Amino acid sequence: MASRARPLTPAWGAALAAALLGAMTLGTVAAVALHAGTARPGPADWSALRFTLLQAGLSALLSTALAIPVARALARRRFPGRALLITLMGAPFLLPVIVAILGLLAIFGRSGTLNDILTALHLPPISPYGLHGVLLAHVFLNLPLATRMLLQGWQSIPSERFRLARSLALTPAACFQHLEAPMLRATLPGAFLTIFTLCLASFATALTLGGGPAATTVELAIYQALRFDFAPDRAATLALIQFALTTAALLAGWALIRDTGFGAGLGRPPELPAPKGWRKATDATAITLAAAFLLLPLAALIARGLPGLTDLPQGLIGATARSLAIALASTALTTTAALTLALATARRAPAHRLFDAAATFPLAASSLVIGTGLFLTLRPFAQPSDLAIPVTIATNATLALPYAYRLLAPQARALHADYAKLTASLALTPAAKLRLITLPQLARPLGFGAGITAALSMGDLGVITLFAGQTNATLPLYIHSLMGSYRMEQAAAASLLLLALSFALFALFDGIGRRHAPA
Amino acid sequence: MLQLDHLTLATDGFRLTANLTVPTGARTAIIGPSGAGKSTLLNAIAGFLEPQSGRILWNGQDITDTDPGQRPATILFQDQNLFPHLTIERNLALGLAPDGSLTPAIRAKVAKALHRTGLDGLAQRKPAELSGGQQGRAALARALLRARPLLLLDEPFAALGPALKQEMLALVAEVATETGATVLMVTHDPQDARSFAPLTLLVAEGKAHPPQDTAKLFANPPQALADYLGR
Repeated sequence: MASRARPLTPAWGAALAAALLGAMTLGTVAAVALHAGTARPGPADWSALRFTLLQAGLSALLSTALAIPVARALARRRFPGRALLITLMGAPFLLPVIVAILGLLAIFGRSGTLNDILTALHLPPISPYGLHGVLLAHVFLNLPLATRMLLQGWQSIPSERFRLARSLALTPAACFQHLEAPMLRATLPGAFLTIFTLCLASFATALTLGGGPAATTVELAIYQALRFDFAPDRAATLALIQFALTTAALLAGWALIRDTGFGAGLGRPPELPAPKGWRKATDATAITLAAAFLLLPLAALIARGLPGLTDLPQGLIGATARSLAIALASTALTTTAALTLALATARRAPAHRLFDAAATFPLAASSLVIGTGLFLTLRPFAQPSDLAIPVTIATNATLALPYAYRLLAPQARALHADYAKLTASLALTPAAKLRLITLPQLARPLGFGAGITAALSMGDLGVITLFAGQTNATLPLYIHSLMGSYRMEQAAAASLLLLALSFALFALFDGIGRRHAPA
Repeated sequence: MLQLDHLTLATDGFRLTANLTVPTGARTAIIGPSGAGKSTLLNAIAGFLEPQSGRILWNGQDITDTDPGQRPATILFQDQNLFPHLTIERNLALGLAPDGSLTPAIRAKVAKALHRTGLDGLAQRKPAELSGGQQGRAALARALLRARPLLLLDEPFAALGPALKQEMLALVAEVATETGATVLMVTHDPQDARSFAPLTLLVAEGKAHPPQDTAKLFANPPQALADYLGR
């Protein structure tokens, strides 16, 4: 045996967290697999699979293709409000899907602004439902993500290269070919695959804008099989298909889809040449159109929702309280588990590779697959509606964990590399180490991760749809039921509340982290 | 007395043996070519590296399996001797109270150690607000508070200029005298060994040699040391 760093103590807390995550991801899939044997996929199921692949592929293609001119324009132009626009491009990740959809409906819906204009011009109205509606929502939600990822790519090109290109007086075309095209070849597959994977698990969008034989995703088919057809075996088969899909996508891009594009300073001075003339006009158009596409729906939603705030429906308070409780509980769970796992992997505790895998694997899980597994497992013991809240907390905590963990892991590694020896040589007690060293040093990523978890959990419309009864809807589900009964004004008002609460939760936790972080 | 009893340290492609004793209260320099294992030896004594075989004893007591923080030793690293987000007072107090408490009695002792090391009035500063020399003094002040019988220095002053380094070594000598500590100091500078350490321990060619009189060793260096010194 070779000499090595002191014998490592097992990380029991991390082992527990990893076991729970394994039960929520692989455990639920095992439960699903046990039930799936009796139902073979039918024609409707294959059609759902085809539609899922089609919409995810088109959504990813459109989002990344449209992001290229926008990111390029943002990379080489400086204008007032640029930093704000880039910050706003990080926001759709936290934007509840149901809020985005209500915003889009305010513009593109049957009684939306666009159809008002078309009617005034005696043109036929357009419908926001079906494949193009789903694509519209997915591009709205993912274009900003793609833009940020590509923008990072542009800014990662060393400025010396651009200086060299300038000194050689390369034409814009040659500059693109030698500097920008290689970066795009390296960046685009990751961006495409990230968005493709996110859209594979699209449920809330398909639930509101899809539906029918022509526009049903696998996730939506699972929901319909469980809630309307009472066909648990069919739901289980569909859940297996969904699991295979997301796992394949995750494995295909294990290295590529980990970076979700937050963080990173995006404020360096431009090194890219900013050509004048028609290219300047093209850039201005790309930025203006993107900003309008992203901001107008939210502005229209605010205009539609504000009057309704004085006339909020009865059940709203209860739904809001439930959503807040779920968000806070899953934030506590996720933050604790992510910290435990990140610290254990940072010190390379026994089984640390397993911990890392357990913390990454929820990226391949989907709300409805976990939900189906829990539904099938827990059904013999209790009424689904009695379990709605705890199940939603556990599922949201699981799905947000990879993001919180990825934010913590690098800083936990740095903390270990720099100060583990000093901490050991002073024999600090575990409580003192946590209070004086770990929490202050990791306050920034802890707060940011908790903020993301809280906002995601607050706005989630997924597993709750499988379990909720008449009386325990969350705020997003409540908004969905308002939409279902065509109370669009009230739905818009309630979604403003949801929007405000999601971002307030994010700002609260992120702010706590910033305040306690070392200067 | 520190005793390294048939000690073998091995990591990937590296091996070092030591079978030697260092007398109590001695100030010993550890010198040798870079990569020979000077820091590795110090890390093993401090408890950060488990030996492949052999024992480490302090005054006859086997400390081979003792945790770093429980060993009768204080170690100063090349850098990162202070937590950057804590005040100097907090950093020093951790040397006295590993549970992080900061009672009036502890604060009084910290203030005394700061006074002793010429850092009056800097208790509430963060390490980054101190000069390199002051940071070294703060780390030594904590060593003074811990008052462990072994003081291990892994080139903590390597980044300081010659005059400042001499000043710090003088302070180390004072701290060692006050606490009666046995000092082991890694250095690559023969001048440090001559001015500070009556004994010198040569680490070369996979072996840590027993400490010898510094003046005699440099006057008549063995081949490995002569090669290192370029003579």
